[in-house]
Amino acid sequence: MSAQPRIAEGAGAIGAPERALGGTILAVEGVSLAFGGVTALSDVSFDVREHEIRAIIGPNGAGKSSMLNVMNGFYQPQRGVIRFGGREFHGMKPYEAARMGIGRTFQNIALFRGMTVLDNVMTGRSLKMRRNFFLQALRLGPAMREEIEHRRAVEEVIDFLEIQHIRRTPVGRLPYGLQKRVELARALAMEPTLLLLDEPMAGMNLEEKEDMCRFVLEVNDHFGTTIVLIEHDMGVVMDISDRVVVLDYGRKIADGTPDEVRGDQAVIDAYLGVAH
Amino acid sequence: MHLLYSIFVDPFVQMGAAPDLLAQTLWEGLVSGILYSLIALGFVLIFKASGVFNFAQGIMVVFSALTLVGLNEHGVPAYLALAITLVVMLALAFAVERVILRPLVNQPEIILFMATFGLTYFLIGVGELIFGGDPKVMISDQLRLPSGSYRIPMAGGFVQMQKIDIAATVIASLMVAALAILFNRTRIGRALRAVADSHRAALSVGISLEQIWVIVWFAAGVVALATGIMWGARSNVSFALEIIALKALPVLILGGFTSIPGAIIGGIIIGVGEKMGEFYWGPLFGSGIESWLAYVIALVFLLFRPQGLFGERIIERL
Repeated sequence: MSAQPRIAEGAGAIGAPERALGGTILAVEGVSLAFGGVTALSDVSFDVREHEIRAIIGPNGAGKSSMLNVMNGFYQPQRGVIRFGGREFHGMKPYEAARMGIGRTFQNIALFRGMTVLDNVMTGRSLKMRRNFFLQALRLGPAMREEIEHRRAVEEVIDFLEIQHIRRTPVGRLPYGLQKRVELARALAMEPTLLLLDEPMAGMNLEEKEDMCRFVLEVNDHFGTTIVLIEHDMGVVMDISDRVVVLDYGRKIADGTPDEVRGDQAVIDAYLGVAH
Repeated sequence: MHLLYSIFVDPFVQMGAAPDLLAQTLWEGLVSGILYSLIALGFVLIFKASGVFNFAQGIMVVFSALTLVGLNEHGVPAYLALAITLVVMLALAFAVERVILRPLVNQPEIILFMATFGLTYFLIGVGELIFGGDPKVMISDQLRLPSGSYRIPMAGGFVQMQKIDIAATVIASLMVAALAILFNRTRIGRALRAVADSHRAALSVGISLEQIWVIVWFAAGVVALATGIMWGARSNVSFALEIIALKALPVLILGGFTSIPGAIIGGIIIGVGEKMGEFYWGPLFGSGIESWLAYVIALVFLLFRPQGLFGERIIERL
């Protein structure tokens, strides 16, 4: 695969159609986060443009997951702001983030293990259900119609991610690779404008990785969803992302297209170590 | 030989000889079973939604009943007192969420369990401070709970059914039906189950933990109030009631910690088992077996079905 970025009228990587990136939809400005005396992020700023695939990379402990957790409100940064959806946040509640259209998956899968795949994905619709729960309880007309409507949306997502065959299986019984896919389905069911993926390919075999790559690209292409992802597999990152942020010890050390980042001396030093 | 006879044969001969007594024993077992179920239901609600075994459920029963009676003693009309008590339970739910649960998000369950111990002693303290430690009489008449009893003739004798017991049975059934519908058919129900499974994942799809916790604790508070009224009407309202929380344990082991029908059936099995055991086999042990039989039944169950009758089987991939 070509490693060329797919920004604007870029040369167009194989398998990814050309499409224009929009303006900035999310901006992280001067975010610092510390747990007691341990600094996780210090003064990190970057932006995410509409429809792009933005990767965050860095060695272990660089603060990548912390960054994602700040972006969807799991952590409240001590300093800095997040701009999203025309508003400025110094820290938001996770359900506010979800309400504004930020969906996410987790590094170590967080699914509802006792529920079936279908129910898991349905929870992704919980914010979109508006009918009074008395109506739902009694299965009255409007509530019933609403349930059917949401079921249709959910079935679409399930088809899209090719997990029809396991719809009725409790997720606890599924192999790891499929659980990751169910998690993605649940996030997609929210119809997010911004999707945060924390190591979507971690622990997968080659075939599963390729599938997941394809799904990420298709989601981005088909729904126009903006994606921010953390990934360790450099091949994957270079292939699918438009722009890459590199973190090391909680600081941003590089930001640019995959090619720019690849040649950056600070990045090479961070990954390979440098003699002091 | 004689021992075997008195264990395995004699009780059944007695049952056959006096069906009216058998029916009476069964009825009494059923009624106390339903009250156990109500308590267990309070536990199941909170356990299902937050994975916390709420030790304070027992004291919530006492506290709500005391509030109701205490308000009435101060001249508040019974139904207004009932409404105010509901508001108090709602306020309690908000307070528990704000002061206990929210700061302890993502902590291990044992820590939350210990926190409910703290809540128990706090409520005992506050209850005694406000209402005093003396037992109180439930305001059954003011609440227009039925009193008196029916006598149903049967096989030469009769079965006596207290009207209050019948009312308890009906109210418990309605409550269970309402809760089952809430859990299985509504988005709140789905959200409740989601929160029980994973806090992080629930948050990420936009479910507000705070809201869900307030809802379940309030629901548990309402169940506690119903239990308190029913139980209080049969004996009286005192802090001694708090130990019935411990009776809910064998019920939960039997029924499974996560199952509403399990709580009901478990409660009935324990209630009936206790009364039957006491009446027919009790004399063999010099009576008093009612206090421990439930635990023995639960123990036997644990050997064969550790997840309970209706509990969700946890399948762990290794």
